[in-house]
Amino acid sequence: MRELATTAMIELSHIDRHFQVGDQLVKALDDVSLHIDRGEYISIMGPSGSGKSTLLNLLGLLDQPTAGTYFLDEVDVTSLDDGQQAHLRNKAIGFVFQMFHLVPRLTAAENVELPLVLAGVPVEERKRLIEPSLEALGIAERAHHKPDQLSGGQRQRVAIARATVMQPGVLLADEPTGNLDHKSGEDVIAILEGLVDQGITLIMVTHDMDMGRRATRQLRMMDGRLDQDLRTSNHGPS
Amino acid sequence: MALHSLDIARFSWRALSGYPARTLLMLLAMAIGVGSVVVLTALGEGARGYVTGEFASLGTNLVIVFPGRSETGGVNPGAMFNETPRDLTIDDALSLTRSARVRRVAPLNVGSVTVSRGPRSRDVVMLGSTAEMLEIRRWEVRQGNFLPTMDIDRPMPVAVIGSKIRDELFGPERALGEWLRVGDRRFRVIGIMGSEGRSIGVDVEESIIIPVAAAQQLLNTQSLFRILVEARSHEDIAYVRQFAENTIQARHQGEKDVTVVTQDAVLSTFDDILGALTLAVTGIAAVSLAVAGILIMNVMLVAVSERTAEIGLLKALGATPGQIQLLIVAEASLLSILGALIGLALGLAGAMGIRSALPDLPAFAPSWVILLVLFTALITGLLFSLLPARNAAALEPVSALARR
Ligand SMILES: Nc1ncnc2c1ncn2[C@@H]1O[C@H](COP(=O)(O)OP(=O)(O)O)[C@@H](O)[C@H]1O
Ligand SMILES: [Mg+2]
Repeated sequence: MRELATTAMIELSHIDRHFQVGDQLVKALDDVSLHIDRGEYISIMGPSGSGKSTLLNLLGLLDQPTAGTYFLDEVDVTSLDDGQQAHLRNKAIGFVFQMFHLVPRLTAAENVELPLVLAGVPVEERKRLIEPSLEALGIAERAHHKPDQLSGGQRQRVAIARATVMQPGVLLADEPTGNLDHKSGEDVIAILEGLVDQGITLIMVTHDMDMGRRATRQLRMMDGRLDQDLRTSNHGPS
Repeated sequence: MALHSLDIARFSWRALSGYPARTLLMLLAMAIGVGSVVVLTALGEGARGYVTGEFASLGTNLVIVFPGRSETGGVNPGAMFNETPRDLTIDDALSLTRSARVRRVAPLNVGSVTVSRGPRSRDVVMLGSTAEMLEIRRWEVRQGNFLPTMDIDRPMPVAVIGSKIRDELFGPERALGEWLRVGDRRFRVIGIMGSEGRSIGVDVEESIIIPVAAAQQLLNTQSLFRILVEARSHEDIAYVRQFAENTIQARHQGEKDVTVVTQDAVLSTFDDILGALTLAVTGIAAVSLAVAGILIMNVMLVAVSERTAEIGLLKALGATPGQIQLLIVAEASLLSILGALIGLALGLAGAMGIRSALPDLPAFAPSWVILLVLFTALITGLLFSLLPARNAAALEPVSALARR
């Protein structure tokens, strides 16, 4: 197993994430160790409050562990400062949220542009990157619409475009279909799986058993612990 | 990772236009602050310019002697209008010509008289003086001549009249060489004054000027209202002032019963007073700028808490704490600069309005005030947005995102 560590994309060792709520200690993550290779398609399932979001936020560097180490692309990210972590969030990680989190006063294209703006990418190159990205997600003709002029499915596709425009190695999705009707949800999953086929590492939290089972590796969480780690050979509709 | 300044400006602009009511309110606060500074200093400077200009029109290198002693011994503008404790006489005026550093001396009497010609008459300001007055006051005669050079105590019945009086009494007829009645005496018109001779208290267009001895007869007095002394050069002013004081004192049995002021001193006193006024007024206006700054800080604090989720999102997308601070500070700065520019435009328009309403008042805001006020607005925007910016930058991405 040791030699495999060098190809690991993500290596979590003995991660705790505790919250002090009043005089009660909530162990949202309790001694979680996890090894994820490049290009894996992983679903995380489990009851509400079992720590799925907390784990995903930690992987996305939106939150810090109370204890343990986290290697991303062979870098110990827990030792990085705020600026360096921001840099990684910008370049190496894409995040898709259940609530979309689009900036309401910006158009679809401008929302997708945000990570490029933050990275200081020159204007002409931004255009070159945004257009195919919107095209690939089937929302090119919605480029100049504001989020409130878009359907839920379209909004989530804008969010996916934004999460992938920097071509990160890993895409984290926290219940990406949670706010969508079944049809739109299917479309979004298909898009995400298309990204897996192109080599991205996808880690997706979901409530939907059927969707979860499509992943080649299924994690189950329970009370802040990884409770089950199931591998299947191939992804696709079961 | 460096944000492009154009992107910063665009993002700030979108953020500001996304909340129009709040943005307009802030712009208004800043604009009022800046506008009032500009208008008030323009007003102060205008008043100063007006007074300075009026005094300058009295003539240069001027030393003015008037009866009565000002208590402080310094320059007291009020003393110029006081009652007369001891008379100044024509002989006093003559005595002041006896210095090589004195170029000219002109006695002055002022009174109100009725002038008439045939059925037409009106009340006018009568000035009694000598030929020297023309040069000392830099007046110009439009037609005919000024008072002739002659013995100072000769009450020759000649008059130089202002152009308005000429028009009212003579209409289209010829006035030069004609006679008119001043009080109970007849005077021959020898000259007509133009309109350029305008100076404090006296509008030459509506005055008549006659020999000082004739004026004293009409006013039934032996005394003078003023003696105007012109020093030969600027360097001689101090000497001439002392000379005038000593000479009159010697003539008045050692009593220091006159006040001698130099025009310079009067001017600089008014200059000081009005300059201080301008500063005070600027200070008051500066307070409103500070208020605008504090308002901006509060608005940015609200903006930060309102946009917590958005800031969290930017962080999730890879914004560094520095970038977040930059965006917040840029937004506040844009707000205050826009407000300042609007205020500047309003202020300049206001000053222009004052100038067109009061053409005599050169109400221009000094350029240093304009620069200072723009600078202050910028600093205010920067300074008062630092706290909200630091709060925003310190937000944890996950907790910021969780808030809606
Ligand atoms: N910021 C927080 N403060 C206190 N408790 C928290 C916080 N975030 C999560 N928790 C707690 O941690 C546990 C796991 O939460 P979460 O990861 O959101 O669960 P899931 O996404 O699986 O529903 C829950 O008990 C939740 O109440
Ligand atoms: Mg959750």
